[in-house]
Amino acid sequence: MEPPPSEVSRLSSADTPTAEVEAPDEAPVDTARQALVDRLASELGDALLASVIDKGDVWVRVRPDAWHAAARACRDTLGMDYFCFLSGIDWMPSAAPNPEVADVEVEGAEGDDAEAPPEPEAEPEAAPEPAAAPAVAADGWTTGVAGGDTRFQVLLRLYSTATHLGITLKADLDDDDPRVTSIADVYGGADWHERETWEMFGFGFEGHPNLLHLYLPSEFEGFPLRKDFPLLAREVKPWPGIVDVELIPESLEAKLEAAAGGGPAAPESSEPAE
Amino acid sequence: MTAVTDRQRLAYVNTQASEARVNVELQTEDMTLNLGPQHPATHGTLRVVAKLDGEQVVDADVVCGYMHRGYEKLTEVRTYPQVTTLINRIDWLSSFANEVPFILAAEKLMEIEAPPRAQYIRTLFFEMARIANIGLFLGEMALQVGALTPAFYAFRDREFVLNQIEAATGGRFHPNYDRLGGLKDDLPKGWIAETQAVMKRIREFCDELEGLVAGNIIFERRCRGVGVIPAEIGKAFGVSGANIRASGVDWDLRRDEASPLVWKDLDWKVWTHPDGDSFARYWVRLQEVRESTFMVDQMLEGLPAGSIQAKVPRIIKVPAGEAWVHTENPLGEMGFYIVSQGGLGPFRCKIRSASFNNVSVLPWLLKGTYVPDIITILASLYFILGDIDR
Amino acid sequence: MLAVSMPYWFETLIKTVVVLGVIPTMALMLGYVFLMKMMSHMQSRLGPMDAGPHGVLQLVADGVKFLQKEDLTPANADKWVFAAAPLLVLISTFLLYVVVPAGPRLVVQDLDVGIFFALAVSSISVIGVLMAGWASANKYSLLGALRAAGQLIAYELPLVLAVIGVVIQAGTMSLQGIVRAQQHGAIFGFGNLGEPFILTQVVGFFLFLIASQAELTQTPFDMPVAESELVAGYMTEYSGFRFLFFFMGEFGTAAALSAIAATLYLGGWYIPGVHGLAADVLGPVVLITKMMLVAFLIFWVRFTYPRFREDQLQAFAWKYLIPLALANIMVTGILKVAF
Repeated sequence: MEPPPSEVSRLSSADTPTAEVEAPDEAPVDTARQALVDRLASELGDALLASVIDKGDVWVRVRPDAWHAAARACRDTLGMDYFCFLSGIDWMPSAAPNPEVADVEVEGAEGDDAEAPPEPEAEPEAAPEPAAAPAVAADGWTTGVAGGDTRFQVLLRLYSTATHLGITLKADLDDDDPRVTSIADVYGGADWHERETWEMFGFGFEGHPNLLHLYLPSEFEGFPLRKDFPLLAREVKPWPGIVDVELIPESLEAKLEAAAGGGPAAPESSEPAE
Repeated sequence: MTAVTDRQRLAYVNTQASEARVNVELQTEDMTLNLGPQHPATHGTLRVVAKLDGEQVVDADVVCGYMHRGYEKLTEVRTYPQVTTLINRIDWLSSFANEVPFILAAEKLMEIEAPPRAQYIRTLFFEMARIANIGLFLGEMALQVGALTPAFYAFRDREFVLNQIEAATGGRFHPNYDRLGGLKDDLPKGWIAETQAVMKRIREFCDELEGLVAGNIIFERRCRGVGVIPAEIGKAFGVSGANIRASGVDWDLRRDEASPLVWKDLDWKVWTHPDGDSFARYWVRLQEVRESTFMVDQMLEGLPAGSIQAKVPRIIKVPAGEAWVHTENPLGEMGFYIVSQGGLGPFRCKIRSASFNNVSVLPWLLKGTYVPDIITILASLYFILGDIDR
Repeated sequence: MLAVSMPYWFETLIKTVVVLGVIPTMALMLGYVFLMKMMSHMQSRLGPMDAGPHGVLQLVADGVKFLQKEDLTPANADKWVFAAAPLLVLISTFLLYVVVPAGPRLVVQDLDVGIFFALAVSSISVIGVLMAGWASANKYSLLGALRAAGQLIAYELPLVLAVIGVVIQAGTMSLQGIVRAQQHGAIFGFGNLGEPFILTQVVGFFLFLIASQAELTQTPFDMPVAESELVAGYMTEYSGFRFLFFFMGEFGTAAALSAIAATLYLGGWYIPGVHGLAADVLGPVVLITKMMLVAFLIFWVRFTYPRFREDQLQAFAWKYLIPLALANIMVTGILKVAF
C-alpha cells in the first residue's frame, strides 16, 4: 500500500513517540493512583498487605478476612462503581509443567540464535522494576505482582467510570480450604463470576445466594483451572508448539533490518520450518 | 446501590411467595417455560428458564455453558502467537477486535510497541469489526421483534465490510491478523478507495435502518420502556459498551483509556442515551456504527507510512509480570488479564468478555416482564454466545 | 347456475372438486408470487431460482417434500384432536370459497346472507387453532393457541363492523348483490363506470384489510406464531402434510379474504363495459387480478413491519379499530338516510 505523497512527511522513522508521550503522563496518573492506595490503606488499616503501582495500574493485596470490607471500601470510598471481573489464580507450577514447552524453549532458542542475528530487544532489559518483580512464595514458586503467601489467590478488578481509574484487588486463600466472603451483595455482577470461580478453582464464597455450576454440568468433578487438573487434550496429543513456531518471513525481515538501520540482512542459510 | 439489594430481596420474597402459592388452592399454577438452548431468540445455545404466571415472568434463570470451550485453560498450553487463533473465536462476529486487547496486554508486558502505521491499521480494523458486528445487530434486533426485511439488509451490507476485511487479512471471520509488535500484512493496493466506498454505503444503510426500524412506530412501542437498566445497577453488574451508554453513562474506553491505538487522534463523539431501555440500546448502537464509519474514513485519510512490524525476537518470550488491558469492543468492555512467568505462553490468562457480564444482569432484568419482552430484551442486550461461554 | 341441467349430486361433486382445486392453486400462486418472489426482491435477493423457470415450481417441489416427510405426532399429544385440527382449519378456508362470485353466473352458491356466511365460517379456524395448540402438548403451542384465540376473536369484530358499511350501502348481504350494486353509479359525473365501494368506504376498506391481516396471523399481528419467540406457536409440533394443511389454510384464507375484499370494495369480477358471456369468461381473471392487488397490500405490510406485542395488539383492536368501525357505520347510515 503506497501512502499518498502528502502523507509521507508524516512518516516517522522512529518507533519511539510513545515513550515521550507516556513520560509526562506517568507522573500525574501515578499520584492519582497513589491517592487511591492511600485512602484504601486508611480504610483497611493493616489488612492491606501490599500494594504496587506500575505501568499505569494498581494492585492491592488484602487479607482474606478483609476481602468483603475491601470491596465495600472500594465501592463506597474510592468510587469504584463498575464491576469488571472476579477470578482466581493458582500459583502452583503446573503438575505436568508442559515439559515440551521447556524443550522447545531451549531447542528453538538455541537453533534460532545460531542462525539469526542477535536481537537486542529480546534481552533481559525488559525485566520489570523491582516493585513489580514477582515475589517468591515460601514454597518456592513465584507469585505475581504484589506478592502472595499461598497457592491460591482471588482476584478482583474494579473500575470507576467517573475517574477512569481501575484497581486490582488480590487476597491469598488457604491451600487446603480456599474460601472467602462473597461480595455478591456489594456488586451484583460478582454473582456469576463467583459461581465461575467456584467451579473452576474450587474457591468457596461464603454468603453467596446460590453457588451452582454455571458452565460445567452439575455432576462435574474437579476444578479445571487448577494447575493440577490435567488437560486431557494435551495428555493424548503432543504439544503442537514445536512445529508451529512462526518465523518472520524473510522478505519482511530484510525490510525490518533496513528500517532498523542495521547492517546487511541476516544470512539466508536456513529455511523457515513449515 | 441499595436499590440492588432491595430489589434482590424483593425478588427473593417473590419467588418464595410464588413457590408457596402453588400449594394454595384456587391459585393459578406457575408454568415453567424453557427458552433454549435451541431457540431462535437466543441465537446460539443460551437457555432461559422462565417461571411464568400467565405471560408474566415471575422468575428467570439463565443457563449458559453449552458452548464453553475452556479457553482460559487452553491458553495456558499455547504460545502467545497461538493464543490469538483461539481468542478470535470468542466474539466471532468481530474477531479482530478480540485479538487487540490480548496483543496489547502482551506488548505491555514485553514493553514493545507497534509502529504508528500498524496501530492505525489495527484501529481501522477494530472499527471495521465493530461495523460488521453491530451492523448485523441492527438487522437482527428487528428480526427478533418480528420484521424480517431489515435482517437481510444487514446481511447484505455487512458483506461489503467482510469483503474488505478478507481482502486485507485473508480471513473473513477470523482474521488472525495481529502479531506481537505489529501486523501480519500491509494493506493491499486499491483497498483504501474501496473501503471508502463501502463506508459510504454503510452510512446509507444506517440511514435506511433509522427510518425502517428505529423510526417505525411498532418497533418503538415494542422497545420503549422495555428492559430498563438503571445506570447504577448496570455498573454494579459490569454491564458495558453500548448497553451502559444507553443508560446515560458517558463512558467509552476508546476515549477514556490511554491506549496505543489511535482513537485519540480522531475526531468523534461518544453517543449516550438517557433512557436505558431496549430502544435506547438500539439507537446508541445505530449511532455508533455511523460514527465508526467516520472514524474509518479519517483513519484512511491519515494513514501514516512506515513499517508495520516492530522488532521482536523470533521466539517470543514474555517477561514475568501481570498486565491488564481492556478495550471498547463492539459488545462492550473486553479485557485480558495476563499473568506471565517468562515462558512461551501465558501462565494464566483471564478473559473478561463483555457478554458474560451483560447477560449476568438478565435474571434481575427479566423479573416482571412479559414473554414477548424477553425476546426484545435478549435481542437488545446483544450477546454472542462465544463471548459468554468462552 | 349453468345452462346445462344436471343432477344435484353431480353438480355438488363438480363444485366440491372445483373448490378443492382452487384452494391449493390460490395458495401456490400467493405463496410463489408474494412469499417467494416479492419478498425476496424486496430483501435484495433472488429467491428460489432452480425449480422451473424463475423457481415457479418451487412450491410444488416443497409440497411433494412435505408429503414424503414422516408424519410425526408427539408422544403426549391428544392424537385425534391433533390430527383433526389442520383439517378443521382447511375446512374453514374451503367454506370461504363457496360464496365468492367469480362471474355473473360463476359462483358455487350465491347465498342471500353470503358475506355473513363468509365471516361466520372464517372463525371456524379459531377452533382448529385452539385444538392444535392444546393437543400438541407443548407449552409454546399452548401459548400460541391462546394468543391466537384472543387475537382472532378481538379482530373478528372490526372485520364484521367494517363490512356493515358496505352492506348498508348495497342493501344486501349477498356477495353477488354487492357486486351488482357497485355496477351502477357515477364517478365525477361519468356514468356506466360503476362505483366501487372503496370510494365511499375507504375507511372500511382499510379496517377490513387490517382486520384480515390479523385474522391471517400475519405480521404485524403474528404474535401467535412469532417465530423468534414461540417458534411458530400452534404449528410447532406439526410436520409433513399436516403442516402443509396449515400452510395451505393460511395462504388459501389469505386469497379468499383478498377476494372478498376485492368483491366488497373493488367491484369483484366486474369491470366497466364487459357484460354477458364475456363477463363470465373474463370475470375470474378480473377477480384474481383485483385479489392480487389486495393481497399485495397485505403481504407488503407483512414483510415490512415488526410485530405488535399481545397487549398492544388487543389495545389496537379495542381502542382504535372498533370505535373507528362504529363511527364508520354511523356515518354511512346517516348518509344513507340523508341521500
